[in-house]
Amino acid sequence: MSILVVAEHDNNAVNPATLKTLAAAKAIGGDIDVLVAGKDCATVADELAKAEGVNKVVLADNAVYEHQLAENVSKLVADLGKDYSHVLAPATTTGKNFMPRVAALLDVAQISDIIAVESADTFKRPIYAGNAIATVQAEDAIKVITVRATAFDAVASEGGSGSVEAIDAVFDNDKSEFVGEQLAESERPELTAAEIVISGGRGMQNGENFKLIEDIADKLGAAVGASRAAVDAGFVPNDMQVGQTGKIVAPQLYIAVGISGAIQHLAGMKDSKVIVAINKDEEAPIFQVADYGLVADLFEVLPELNEKL
Amino acid sequence: MKILVAVKRVIDYNVKVRVKPDQSDVDLANVKMALNPFCEIAVEEAVRLKEAGTADEVVVVSIGPKAVQEQLRTALALGADRAIQVETDDMPDSLSAAKILKGVVEREEPDMVILGKQSIDSDNNQTGQMLAALTDMPQGTFASKVEVADGHVSVTREVDGGLQTVKLALPAVVTTDLRLNEPRYASLPNIMKAKRKPLETVSTDDLGVSVKRTVKLLKVESPAERSAGVKVADVDELVDKLKNEAKVL
Ligand SMILES: Cc1cc2nc3c(=O)[nH]c(=O)nc-3n(C[C@H](O)[C@H](O)[C@H](O)COP(=O)(O)OP(=O)(O)OC[C@H]3O[C@@H](n4cnc5c(N)ncnc54)[C@H](O)[C@@H]3O)c2cc1C
Ligand SMILES: Nc1ncnc2c1ncn2[C@@H]1O[C@H](COP(=O)(O)O)[C@@H](O)[C@H]1O
Repeated sequence: MSILVVAEHDNNAVNPATLKTLAAAKAIGGDIDVLVAGKDCATVADELAKAEGVNKVVLADNAVYEHQLAENVSKLVADLGKDYSHVLAPATTTGKNFMPRVAALLDVAQISDIIAVESADTFKRPIYAGNAIATVQAEDAIKVITVRATAFDAVASEGGSGSVEAIDAVFDNDKSEFVGEQLAESERPELTAAEIVISGGRGMQNGENFKLIEDIADKLGAAVGASRAAVDAGFVPNDMQVGQTGKIVAPQLYIAVGISGAIQHLAGMKDSKVIVAINKDEEAPIFQVADYGLVADLFEVLPELNEKL
Repeated sequence: MKILVAVKRVIDYNVKVRVKPDQSDVDLANVKMALNPFCEIAVEEAVRLKEAGTADEVVVVSIGPKAVQEQLRTALALGADRAIQVETDDMPDSLSAAKILKGVVEREEPDMVILGKQSIDSDNNQTGQMLAALTDMPQGTFASKVEVADGHVSVTREVDGGLQTVKLALPAVVTTDLRLNEPRYASLPNIMKAKRKPLETVSTDDLGVSVKRTVKLLKVESPAERSAGVKVADVDELVDKLKNEAKVL
């Protein structure tokens, strides 16, 4: 068995989801190669060559891969991937964007968002917003898989001794073009990697009130998340949405403030170790999954909590 | 320009699905079914492009057994002009759906295909990207804004880090995210009108597509249930529990 893991990075540093995807590759078993496609990203390749279990890093350093355009990256990955038994990438918005194209180019199915490896061809994945867990067996010769990072413990980032091999395969296209991006700037830890996450919902009433959550987050070194309702209402940006169709988080501590606990929200956070719910409605479904529930007005609770931490 | 919208029949998003006792699958008997919410957003976007004069025809397509006609009628009531049902015995997997949609694209030659980013049953998030690869079209996935001008479409995409904008030459594939628009409700007169709009049924043979399933469903289980914990009386008790019992602070 030979596995190709497509690394996620920003041309400077490895995204931690890559190390978790490597853990899924390790669970499958076999030689693990990593593809680093990007622009001026040799440091990323060097970093990954040191990760536990990596045999070889293939470095495709070219301007055409700078923004991970799916049209270009998918052709590169499919071209390399045909010589492997498995092709894996994290189930991030980047992986979700190009991997189905890879599968289609290879004429195989994709298994999305795996949370467990049963054997080299059998995997578990959540369906119906996590209300059911399917065990599926892939019969295709090449298994194209995206990995839910929160379900795997990262491999060690140091100690490995893989080689780096630069290739000059260039796949460009004249139909799609990167125009620009607006990336959220934050000093806080990344939502999917944080040990503590505090999320606000519609109960926050407006964006300014999120300051009550942010102050506590800064004290605890926590990330700030939100429900869909809070994002739709414009309180906070889309990259903060936790849930079935947003980000999946599984921190040590998740504090839900003014969030009712719809199944779509629970799908994104119910694997957190400890869940706290603060809601003034004692019937709110969030209390059914909360380890500690506080039935109270969040506008009284948050300032007091901030003071007592 | 002509827009093709792919819509899927799925369980209503309000229903909490149950696993069958024999763990063979989830139980969909007597469960309320609906248009996949992301597909509703896709139809809405196409209809708005038509209302703005950018598009002149909106065609909706759904793949599956006869029951999917119900969702096609819903899409027609929301403003689509005509509908195509590609009849299959079961719901196809994403690669099969993409191959079938490629057949429809070849017949209809749309300038833009809009799909949902994800079906809320399989949670696959694959079909649009696969269709784009099979037809060699550029793609703008997870769209929160779509602007058509000069044979191109600019798509603002919801990505993990924030927003990204790409410019695509038409024809292109777009998949919808939640913030793209807020779908309208179908009015009663429009529901009545939808009954008379054209709905054509074609087979995969008509499209010259053959499909197979290469992923076997071995088992479906309920997830590990979390049980409700305790209610704390006040902030002091909460902080104490988090520090001394859960030890997470
Ligand atoms: C296709 C689809 C995908 C979706 N994906 C997601 C997703 O990824 N993530 C997600 O979160 N949702 C998602 N949703 C939406 C989901 O169904 C719910 O609508 C949403 O999670 C509700 O957000 P909320 O809990 O903030 O708002 P509400 O349900 O309105 O709840 C607000 C809560 O705040 C409480 N509250 C109000 N004021 C106070 C106060 N002063 N003090 C204390 N408590 C207060 C109320 O008691 C209430 O429980 C999706 C829906 C669909 C259809
Ligand atoms: N059976 C189907 N019929 C029509 N469209 C479909 C079908 N399956 C998937 N799609 C489209 O593909 C999108 C993404 O689906 P999926 O890849 O299954 O998550 C859906 O929102 C639909 O737009």
